Amino acid sequence: MLDRTTSALRGLGHRVTSRIWRLGFASRFFLATLLYSGTSFRRFFLTVREIYFTGVQSLIIILVSGLFVGMVLGLQGYDTLQRYGSSEALGILVALSLVRELGPVVSALLFASRAGSAITAEIGLMKATEQLSAMEMMAVNPIARVVAPRFWAGVISMPLLAALFSAMGIFGGYLVGVVLIGVDEGSFWSQMQASVDFREDIVNGVIKSVVFGIVVSWIAVFEGYDSEPTAEGVSGATTRTVVTSSLAILAADFILTAFMFRGA
Amino acid sequence: MNRITLDLWVGVFVAIGLGALLFLALKVGNLASTNTGETYVLKANFDNIGGLKVRAPVKSAGVVVGRVGDIRLDSDRYEAVVTMNVSSQFKFPRDTFAKIRTSGLLGEQYIGLAVGGDTEVLKPGEAVKKTESAMVLEDLVGQFLFDKAAEGKDKK
Repeated sequence: MLDRTTSALRGLGHRVTSRIWRLGFASRFFLATLLYSGTSFRRFFLTVREIYFTGVQSLIIILVSGLFVGMVLGLQGYDTLQRYGSSEALGILVALSLVRELGPVVSALLFASRAGSAITAEIGLMKATEQLSAMEMMAVNPIARVVAPRFWAGVISMPLLAALFSAMGIFGGYLVGVVLIGVDEGSFWSQMQASVDFREDIVNGVIKSVVFGIVVSWIAVFEGYDSEPTAEGVSGATTRTVVTSSLAILAADFILTAFMFRGA
Repeated sequence: MNRITLDLWVGVFVAIGLGALLFLALKVGNLASTNTGETYVLKANFDNIGGLKVRAPVKSAGVVVGRVGDIRLDSDRYEAVVTMNVSSQFKFPRDTFAKIRTSGLLGEQYIGLAVGGDTEVLKPGEAVKKTESAMVLEDLVGQFLFDKAAEGKDKK
């Protein structure tokens, strides 16, 4: 009995310490990435190539889901707002919910599953096939050559993708609200412009997406770099990337929202 | 994929991303319409500001001429001191009336400036003398009940 209790406690303690150890390693890895990111700007083509794989190839999924999210917001928002006789406020509802929350958060979630998992799998496989060790043998720093360009490509792509998502969503809301349902076009845009503030809403949304970009790219490159060099290890690391970064996005979103929009 | 096509695609991506940001800033937000021009400060004391918030619009004849900059409580007189940043191109006479109004039934509250006939204008930093507080629903209902009760007494 006592044996079983102590072994359970020991297992718990081991799990906690290993998590903390991983967190420490991840932080050190993050600093190393920042420290060795000189190469990704000096040889900018390395980063451009990764922007192509993470950013450009995520365009379709971001644009299409942005359009649909906006269209759903238009339908749902109209349904609720017309009960209070204020269907003209549809523009405000669509624009504010997209620019402040849905744009950064949903595009970051999509980015984590579309690009983050790919980054993890790629780096993990490079490690499993000993390409990273080979680079070290040739005195090429794998963090500078492989990790940092992917990290910066994610950080650069994320805000652009989030802005595209929001713009596309507002267009979707416009399509459903104005073209399909027939909300007055003038008041749709003018009420939106009157209540969406550039600094308060749009810049804060961009700041959010930059933070999400850092978080997702950091988790993705770290999980890849830290994965066990086996097929199973890489698949586990890819799953962990999606799960951890989704949770981290939502938690970071709460913290940032609490800082930014306290309802003055 | 060769380097030139790659550069082209990434260039297109960055361009439409920045274009989306520009669309958000100009068409969705109010960056184009916020006049970042010179402003000057006017003050006004209110007994009750109701739900007035910082950055609420200041309107004259329905046109936005400025924004509420700061709201404080004057602890000597227990009045709310509202600081307004008014665009320098508008001058207001000294007998301007500042009223807290609500746009629509459920809309936001704003300060309406009703212009008087004085020839002298308010200088920067000066206070608007005549103010009208926000309409508080409970007070109105109380007033109504009081008047009704008084009416009933008169009839007897």
